[in-house]
Amino acid sequence: MKHFIPYHQLPDEGIPDSVAVYGPGIRSWHWMSALMVVVLCLTGYFIGVPPPSVLGDTSSLYVMGWIRFFHLSSGYLLTILAVMRVWLIFVEKGITYHLFVPAIWRAEWLDGFMRQIRWNLLMVSRPRRYVGLNPLAGTAMLLLFVLPTCVTIITGFAMYAEVSGHDSWQYWLFGWVTSIFGNTMDLHVIHRLAMWLIVFFSFIHVYISVREDILSRQTMISSMLSGERQFRR
Amino acid sequence: MGGKTTFYEVVRQRGISRRDFLGFCAMTATYLGLGPDGAGILAHAMQTKPRIPVLWLHGLECTCCSESFLRSGHPLATDIVMSMISLDYDDTIMAAAGDQAEAIISDIIRDYRGAYILAVEGNIPLANDGMACIVGGRPFKHQFDEAAKHAKAIIAWGTCASSGCVQAAKPNPTKATPVHKLVQHVPVINVPGCPPIAEVMTGVISYILTYDRMPELDNQLRPKMFYSQRVHDKCYRRAHFDAGQFVEQWDDEGARQGWCLYKMGCRGPTTYNACASIGWNENTSFPIKSGHGCIGCSEEGFWDRGPFYERLPDMHQWGVESNADKVAAIGAAALGVAVTAQLGATVVQRVFRKRKPEEQAEHKEPTE
Repeated sequence: MKHFIPYHQLPDEGIPDSVAVYGPGIRSWHWMSALMVVVLCLTGYFIGVPPPSVLGDTSSLYVMGWIRFFHLSSGYLLTILAVMRVWLIFVEKGITYHLFVPAIWRAEWLDGFMRQIRWNLLMVSRPRRYVGLNPLAGTAMLLLFVLPTCVTIITGFAMYAEVSGHDSWQYWLFGWVTSIFGNTMDLHVIHRLAMWLIVFFSFIHVYISVREDILSRQTMISSMLSGERQFRR
Repeated sequence: MGGKTTFYEVVRQRGISRRDFLGFCAMTATYLGLGPDGAGILAHAMQTKPRIPVLWLHGLECTCCSESFLRSGHPLATDIVMSMISLDYDDTIMAAAGDQAEAIISDIIRDYRGAYILAVEGNIPLANDGMACIVGGRPFKHQFDEAAKHAKAIIAWGTCASSGCVQAAKPNPTKATPVHKLVQHVPVINVPGCPPIAEVMTGVISYILTYDRMPELDNQLRPKMFYSQRVHDKCYRRAHFDAGQFVEQWDDEGARQGWCLYKMGCRGPTTYNACASIGWNENTSFPIKSGHGCIGCSEEGFWDRGPFYERLPDMHQWGVESNADKVAAIGAAALGVAVTAQLGATVVQRVFRKRKPEEQAEHKEPTE
């Protein structure tokens, strides 16, 4: 992949050749993270607001235990995937770093950002086509997904450190978070607010992907499967 | 105020038998987690080391710490520790009053400079030159500063002294300030709780006396031996939490069965204290055992994290009462409206444009 200049714009007219945008690493990261986000949001919701009580004996019931197990283990996996995603910047190169660094210092950013907003407000009839993320998408992903995910990972491990104790590596790495807030109740609230941001992002992400796939003269969903972005008139 | 007498001599003078004295040492050593030889070390220290004078000052507080302390579980703990400290200065329970009482403080500071322990119950209001708390005709701030400057160590009793407690609730009109924020160069040990457990208080004093050093503290200056585990981790109802069995209402079957109080707002999962293992009033009970959730009284800011009967605390950042889920619901509604509007507008636009396909094909974007 050779396109690493942000917002590499394709000609408005005609049908460009298809471009390879996502390598196999990014694609598998995307779908595995998607699964983890679904599992984490579902189990996380029920940790904050547990499902109705079950009758029975505690020796055989382990409802909250299993919910927490799935939440904690998929939290670990999401963290490993996040680390892998950063590592992929150096392995697959290309546009992979655009997710983390929207190039707001470039003239194309503001121009493309406003243009994309106007497109979403139906004020222009044709969107621009980029090789990688468009300026609006990149910014939204950073603010609504990357940052909230970092927040959930950090607060998540800080809460995990409470469980594993003061002599654990989790406490050694993330114990400082508890000293910022004093009362660890705040960690739970921030963790949950960040979860809701990620939930919102997921809905917007799926909606916009389907919408753009239909309306914006280029593939979206299949690109994340095949790695190629194809264009049409 | 015999500075040279040992602690053991004092308790013997008070008619406490050696057997009872050793019993106290064994109990305290167990609470402190000192291991099999701990009781012997404790007893030896109390028989050989001179008593440490302790000044017990009261700031902006409710005296619940003193009340708790006087009800120490072991029948002797009160006698024993009180004889160690109370005779010097504690305005609630000492005999002296007025100028006579205040003179004790200046005597101690003069005679034991750098060698006495300052125990502070309550915090220090700073607003309006400290007029919200007057002791001996002066703002408490003055008395505290004088005593704190030359202390060997300061024990901050209770949540008031450790982090502010209810008198520091937003917007904190008296600017009540916890002890550790006003002290430099003197080690501070926080013993939070509203009040702290009596055995924790006697344990902390006994430890300092025995080893002549501070116990190991965590990053909030709390002794790790009592505050390193959450109430939740030691709760006897924890099995019901893991099983997913919760009290849903105060009078339901779950409440009668003693299920987990998580849904009723129990703060056990975020509260570091020894209630679930040491218990209160000679281990008779503790809040969760009597059917009420923990309110997290030993945690910083617990007073501003209500309501106590809901799992998610209110967030006042937006000026209205709300919690994380309610904020999310409003966000979801706004998102739904936006998506519906965009979808609707798109469909209308496309249907309208379908009528002139030729025009659309020739359509040129106006240059911007």
